[in-house]
Amino acid sequence: MSTSVLFDAPGPRTRVRNHLLTLVSIVVVGAAVYGVYRGFDAKGQFEGKIWQPFLEAETWEFFIIPGLIGTLKAAAVAAVLALAFGAIFGLARLSDHAWIRVPAGLVVEVFRAVPLLLLIFFIFYLAPTLFGGGDYAFAAVVLGLTLYNGSVLAEVVRAGVNAVPKGQSEAAYAIGMRKNQVLRLVLLPQAVTAMMPAIVSQLVVLLKDTALGYIIAYVDLLNTGFKILPAAFFGSLIPAAIVIGIIYVTLNLALSYLATRLERRSRRSRKSAATPIAPPGAVGLDQTAGGVPGG
Amino acid sequence: MDELIKYAPALAEGFLENVKLSLVAGVVSLLLGTILVSMRVSPTPVLRAAGTVYVNVVRNTPLTLVLAFSALGLSDTLGLVFSDVPRTNSFWIVALGLAVYTSAFVCEALRAGINTVPLGQAEAARAIGLTFFQSLTLIILPQAFRAVVAPLGSVMIAMIKNTTVATAGGFLADAAAVMKETFDTTGASIPIFLGIVVAFMALTLPIGYYTGWLARRLAVVR
Repeated sequence: MSTSVLFDAPGPRTRVRNHLLTLVSIVVVGAAVYGVYRGFDAKGQFEGKIWQPFLEAETWEFFIIPGLIGTLKAAAVAAVLALAFGAIFGLARLSDHAWIRVPAGLVVEVFRAVPLLLLIFFIFYLAPTLFGGGDYAFAAVVLGLTLYNGSVLAEVVRAGVNAVPKGQSEAAYAIGMRKNQVLRLVLLPQAVTAMMPAIVSQLVVLLKDTALGYIIAYVDLLNTGFKILPAAFFGSLIPAAIVIGIIYVTLNLALSYLATRLERRSRRSRKSAATPIAPPGAVGLDQTAGGVPGG
Repeated sequence: MDELIKYAPALAEGFLENVKLSLVAGVVSLLLGTILVSMRVSPTPVLRAAGTVYVNVVRNTPLTLVLAFSALGLSDTLGLVFSDVPRTNSFWIVALGLAVYTSAFVCEALRAGINTVPLGQAEAARAIGLTFFQSLTLIILPQAFRAVVAPLGSVMIAMIKNTTVATAGGFLADAAAVMKETFDTTGASIPIFLGIVVAFMALTLPIGYYTGWLARRLAVVR
């Protein structure tokens, strides 16, 4: 708890002041919540009839579940491809040969800097001119997510291998291992343990970013839940936003929780000499679910 | 290349909107994020809980949903209107959505910075009789801010790239929307895509280098 840094066990006067502050903040937070409630109520957002669709099995069967499957499918395919991309380019950036290292570094840096939505748009419009007509929404979302998150993961892989203490590879070379053996048998197994939390929190970003598919009409949770569903049930827009918002938050919190668990475990573990590396964009090691805000 | 030259003025105008969105969202998210982090480290449990709930909910919601909800839900259904001109209104709605989304990440970066300050610093501050407010403003925050320069830089870079999602919030004048419109007439054009990417890199790379340089310069040697 960060708060323990900032204040001591309170004395009698501080306790009184803290109670007063608590009271004031209850009033302020309560007023804010009430204000939002009144705003919603004034527009009739708590009427039973617009929430009714979410109690019926058909709504879930025809709108929310197919959308959720679309989201998870895109996320799963993109995650596998991004991990492969990240492993290949991360290791390529560690190569001793400049002709491998430099182009790989260029690819990673460029795809990390491109706004993801522009990349998805570009692939979406480029695909039909290359491969003829068809629906490329899924391919554009998956490929865009792969290139962007794969590049971020490549940096994670590089940082993970670099986080293994130098003595490990020196010892491995000293007992006569080849470069390939050192990497495969000594560095990578330890690096993977150190990378796990950062990888999982990047996968949270990836899952969240599948929602960009909404913009190019890929059939994902946001599309079925927030575009098609409110069109079918007039007036249910805000309930729909709240329901699918809860689904996204639950999914991501579950993944973030996994990241925290993994980090604790790998920090305890004696299998790896490397300490867990921070997720991209995070400060120190305190933050697991940090990462860089995606779309 | 001809296509890029032909559509350059429209694209530049769109890109200018991204810059404007970034400026507004950047300032507002830094302010909101600072308020949120002071809630999250405050001695009042209610404020701490409110800050935690806000950050966890906003951070785990896709930006596309935040922006689409701001436009269709907040503005169209609930009647939050900044201006009668639809274009101006959607600009402010998108800027607000971006700021709300980014502020959660700003808050987390700042909080992680506070956590990097060693316990001994705060204990020493209390031992020489500084109050909570004094130890916060004289000892903790100056060290915390130095630790978060680079991460805040990456949050801002991500925010600038996220301005392209403005389309989801109904703001159809930014570079991404103009690019899409152009592609509708010309088909996918590599020069146009690269042109916009270079424009974004011209904005984000210097921020990355500057904050990185600043972070090294300001780093607290421990």
